[in-house]
Amino acid sequence: MGSLVNYIYILSGALFILSLKWMNTPATARRGVFAGEAGMLLAIAGTLVNHHHNWEWILAAFFIGTAVGIPIAYIMPMTAVPQRTAMSHACGALAAALVGTAEFYQRQPNAETELHGFVMVALIIETLLGFLTFTGSLMAMGKLQEVLPTRPITYRNQNLINGVLFAIALGLGVRLYLVPTDTFLFPIFAGLALLFGVLLIIPIGGADMPTVIALLNSYAGLSACAMGFALDNPLLVIAGALDGSSGLILSIIMCKAMNRSFTNVLFGAFGQLQVAHGKTEQRPVRSASAEEAASILEAAGSVIIVPGYGLAVAQAQHKIRELFDTLTRRGVDVKFAIHPVAGRMPGHMNVLLAEADIPYDRLFEMDDINSEFAQCDVALVIGANDVTNPAARTDKSSPIYGMPILDVDKAHTVMVIKRSMSPGFAGIDNDLYYMDRTLMLFGDAKAFVSEILKELPARVGA
Amino acid sequence: MPTSLEIGLYVFMLATFVGLEVIRKVSPLLHTPLMSLTNAISAISVVGAILIISADEATNLSKVLGFIAITAAVTNIVSGFLITDRMLKMFKRGPSGAGGEKR
Repeated sequence: MGSLVNYIYILSGALFILSLKWMNTPATARRGVFAGEAGMLLAIAGTLVNHHHNWEWILAAFFIGTAVGIPIAYIMPMTAVPQRTAMSHACGALAAALVGTAEFYQRQPNAETELHGFVMVALIIETLLGFLTFTGSLMAMGKLQEVLPTRPITYRNQNLINGVLFAIALGLGVRLYLVPTDTFLFPIFAGLALLFGVLLIIPIGGADMPTVIALLNSYAGLSACAMGFALDNPLLVIAGALDGSSGLILSIIMCKAMNRSFTNVLFGAFGQLQVAHGKTEQRPVRSASAEEAASILEAAGSVIIVPGYGLAVAQAQHKIRELFDTLTRRGVDVKFAIHPVAGRMPGHMNVLLAEADIPYDRLFEMDDINSEFAQCDVALVIGANDVTNPAARTDKSSPIYGMPILDVDKAHTVMVIKRSMSPGFAGIDNDLYYMDRTLMLFGDAKAFVSEILKELPARVGA
Repeated sequence: MPTSLEIGLYVFMLATFVGLEVIRKVSPLLHTPLMSLTNAISAISVVGAILIISADEATNLSKVLGFIAITAAVTNIVSGFLITDRMLKMFKRGPSGAGGEKR
């Protein structure tokens, strides 16, 4: 009997790998979800066959988890997906950390045989990563929900204090490894890990969230992986390693897209040091009304729309779909150019635009579309800023120098929908706005696009 | 014979390489659903929580912690898979040839 479950685990592991493999194109992705679900059901059922002591606890927990999970999945608006993702990193990490904690105490009576060597190392890694990812993800969620300030919070010697704290936690971990029976140290160790998670995320600003979320994803996976080592369960190792490598790849992509390193994202407190960057002289900009914008769009042959986080904030995706439909019906070629770090998590813009029923073959990645800006009549920037700033190409003193950007400035006409002239996240002025070809459309993204739409049908018969 | 630790490390190494190769091929279009899917998959830690809670020597502490862990993991499993599917349903191809495009 005991060995049957091992074969089921092998099958589950294979299904998880297939699940991720099928995620590579939208055509097979839903099959991927199905494979993942099948793998999970098999693993849980297989485990329950042999382990159903205290089944009333297990059943109650399954019931509550399901009752909470279903509404989250169906009620959550798509604009809140980054928050939900951060929350589920927190839940996953908490589960791993608590299982590690329970293991540690449960094995105390047999500490000599069961809490030595590598098992103890795995337990320490599991709980350390689990607890710090738990509070870190909660902080990220608070920032994304804007319950907490999205600007980085810094104080003197921040990195030093964090470093010392982490070193103490690690030192306690080593001590527990050497003397596993020092149970009184464990709560201190756990507490330090929890505190470190908070301090790690406090200095990180909103626009760095895509990287941080991906990194927390990776930590949560590695924590599950360490649990696999502690319990000597290869399925947990496989699933954890898949999640860990997924988070790692995503965070590398995000870092590359900002031309920054991990250390810079985590310890750089980006976005508040540039306040002193004082070019305060008023430069003239050209602004335009919705009517003028509509007539320019109407006359265009090709339009590239560049969405950014402002689009999500204004919830403008459905209005933009209407604009897309109207222009497409008039024979205008409309495309979307999506920067990898646009929004608050990897792929954020794609999901929002897909939600508004914009066909995904109209969404283009930066490298695929950058060469097309030079030939396009109008580039319409909606709620994006730093990812369009030409200073990243030319100005060596700029904090975003070297960051790959969308070549919006090469378009024939550039139109930027923006609330005001206030600088973007990086706190730097965008030269794009001062070009002769640029028209600033001041207003809320959703409201302004509605205005443009009102002007467009009026001209149909003219 | 390799110890179970060594076998575990082999599994870890191979799974990591498979993960890196498979994930690299995922279209950036789907990075958000990918993240919610891997999240649901990593909630496999529910297995660990079940093992803890149903062990013969389970203490009250284990039961309480295991209970919270299962609840958190099941929340992730249910919401993770369902929301991934909900997102993927939204990704639609345009009608071919719409809008007179040349691509």
